[in-house]
Amino acid sequence: MSDTSFEPSIVAFVCNWCTYTGADLAGTSRITMAPNVRIIRLPCTGRIDTLFIIKAFERGADGVIVSGCHPADCHYTAGNYHARRRFAIFRELMDFVGIDPLRVTFSWVSASEGGKWADVVNTATERVRKFGPFQMYPKPAEYVGE
Amino acid sequence: MSRIGVFICHCGENIGRTVDCARVAKSLSELPGVVHSIDYKYMCSDPGQALIKQAIREKQLDGVVVGACSPHMHEKTFRKAAATAGLNPFLCEMANLREHCSWIHEDRDRATDKAVDLGRFIVEKIKYNRPLSTIQIPVERRALVIGGGIAGIQAALDIADGGREVILVEKDPSIGGHMSQLSETFPTLDCSQCILTPRMVEVAQHPRIKLLAYSEVDSVEGYIGNFQVRIRRKARSVDETKCNGCGECQKCCPNKKIPSEFEEGLGMRTAIYVPFPQAVPNIPVIDRANCAFFKARAKRVKKAVCGKCAEVCGRQAVNFDQQDEFITEKVGAIVAATGYQLYSIGKKQDSKNLRGYGEYGYGEIPDVIDGLQFERLASASGPTGGKILRPSDQKEPKTIVFLQCIGSRDRAKGIEYCSKICCMYVAKHTMLYHHKVHGGKAVVFYMDIRAGGKGYDEFVRRAIEESHALYLRGRVSRITRNGETIRVQGVDTLSGEPVSIDADMVVLATAIRPQPGVEALAQKLSVSYDQHGFLNEAHPKLRPVETNTAGVFIAGACQSPRDIPDSVAMASATASKVLGLFSKELLEREPLIARVDGLTCTGCFHCERVCPYGAVERKQVKDRKGRLLKIIAEVNQGVCQGCGTCQATCPSKSVDLDGFTDEQIYAAVNAL
Repeated sequence: MSDTSFEPSIVAFVCNWCTYTGADLAGTSRITMAPNVRIIRLPCTGRIDTLFIIKAFERGADGVIVSGCHPADCHYTAGNYHARRRFAIFRELMDFVGIDPLRVTFSWVSASEGGKWADVVNTATERVRKFGPFQMYPKPAEYVGE
Repeated sequence: MSRIGVFICHCGENIGRTVDCARVAKSLSELPGVVHSIDYKYMCSDPGQALIKQAIREKQLDGVVVGACSPHMHEKTFRKAAATAGLNPFLCEMANLREHCSWIHEDRDRATDKAVDLGRFIVEKIKYNRPLSTIQIPVERRALVIGGGIAGIQAALDIADGGREVILVEKDPSIGGHMSQLSETFPTLDCSQCILTPRMVEVAQHPRIKLLAYSEVDSVEGYIGNFQVRIRRKARSVDETKCNGCGECQKCCPNKKIPSEFEEGLGMRTAIYVPFPQAVPNIPVIDRANCAFFKARAKRVKKAVCGKCAEVCGRQAVNFDQQDEFITEKVGAIVAATGYQLYSIGKKQDSKNLRGYGEYGYGEIPDVIDGLQFERLASASGPTGGKILRPSDQKEPKTIVFLQCIGSRDRAKGIEYCSKICCMYVAKHTMLYHHKVHGGKAVVFYMDIRAGGKGYDEFVRRAIEESHALYLRGRVSRITRNGETIRVQGVDTLSGEPVSIDADMVVLATAIRPQPGVEALAQKLSVSYDQHGFLNEAHPKLRPVETNTAGVFIAGACQSPRDIPDSVAMASATASKVLGLFSKELLEREPLIARVDGLTCTGCFHCERVCPYGAVERKQVKDRKGRLLKIIAEVNQGVCQGCGTCQATCPSKSVDLDGFTDEQIYAAVNAL
């Protein structure tokens, strides 16, 4: 059942050197895209702990995007390879943990691919919109700061 | 409790038109820990920055969040502003409300909601920021240059003239590289050795250059500012301190029939030899594989054989017992300038991805030669004294056919790239041939003419118009022996006619490849290389002389095919990078690097395995009695580049990346 008025909340973990810069380029080029994605900047996709993804869903995200440099282009030479391997294993864990793997998008966006980033954002938004809100985890107790 | 200041920028209309900045500032002011929250037209301007500094002082802020453009634009600006107001610069961060928000959305309400979210992520993250200080590591202000061709020579001279010591290592007995083999250089037709040898002598005499010829890099350890390089000084069998370059040894050597490497096989040398008369250093080397004395010794013949050079030497400089010697040098920067080799026209290739040219005779037809061999024929100090003569019968060729793109731009032969210099040197060869052999006919088979440098196109025009070289656009399908001549069968695509020429000599413009053994050197330097062996630059557009390994730079044809002016320019560029690196006694690095918590580290070393830079070292933890308790990981602050792969891999989460710690990222995610 698809709810066309549902606006999914999507978190994107992106690498600083390629995708973040590519998203900057999309901005400079004034390419319009769905406003559902919130970017969290990391130095490299290799930094992404799979727990970040689970945490995002736990905190209310309906979808997650992970995006980094193309293979062989990682600013730190090999971080994106580690991310890819981690993600390949994590895919199997996702089912077990209750997350539909299709809610998580993995992409390579280089610093010159502003248009591609917009496509990734729009495609992921529409896909998650069709899946509806993520309701597998009950809401945790209110987060209290220090 | 934090005292965070939030500053939302309108950026004129750029953010303000789509995002309700006042609402964003108000929403964020309601977050716990935020004590100051305003919006302003232009935060990066002087008055804007003044607002930040004032707020830091008046409200004793311990964190600053600027919601504005991309951090790639102004993070440094705002960090500097915070620092001048007395706040640690790493307690200042930016939320990207422009490139990632106002510029890509149209709905004002939704864009403002998103801006509030993005701001909140950074506010929650910054609560976990720690004050950090730039890391200072000492720098050994000496440089190592690997390769003594024109690029290596230029880099060494520039660094030495800049006041720093240089060690120049060259694997051949003399420096000079391929440029010393050339007859004349395009587009000026300068005599190559005339412009090169003064530089070579300058290198030898420069007080700050330590020249280690006939030597190779054996191993490299350490990191930027602190490399330890082990160099093998190969045994010449001649004592450098005693030899005075008189040349008597070469005159008396009985073995005069060894094909000379310098003459590309077209001339001979002796077993004890100096590669060419202008060699620097002008000290001979004994080719032990071809020397009678050493061959007898290897067979354990009791009676000494030959040894004439030692008898004749007035300074007793010949030392048959000399061994390779190892020395270790400490340097702060390394420049790789190893140059190129030509694609072989023979059957045997040194890479299994390459296929030779059977259709051109696999190099077995004696009068089918390559570009460097033609240079030796044309060279006044070459095997024919500068006369163009056929290697087979020493007769003057009346027709020479030049083939461009041999190996280059040819996927079937294993090389897709263009070798850049061949169009120019073939034009040069036709001109040299025209000057030397009156009535000689030069034919060039080409695919395209690439003459993009200064004066280059005019030069090719001269070859066509003044030297009357016949340029045919097409490829050659076969070259075969036809009695005394060579039959060249090709096509002229502009007229559509097949062409068959009976040539006296054929010159193949073969592809430029990296030197053999460069992959092994690259691995010693931790520098990456592509499938052809060319060393990889850090960024092809904006960082062409640096590599992804801090402190290692590249110059010349080892990065990609390149002519002399560009190699020289690149070498000077590496020198400026090296001198910049050496301009301070201490090297400052951004502290956004990993740290290991020694208490929780279990010593599994998964981090060591995944670190792309080898920045993880092993540290021994001992108790008060000196007993070894455990060996744990430690991050080398000089090498770590801050990617964070180690942290994501660590099973015990003992390593953290400052600036992107787990706490910080979870805080941002929790703020959803």
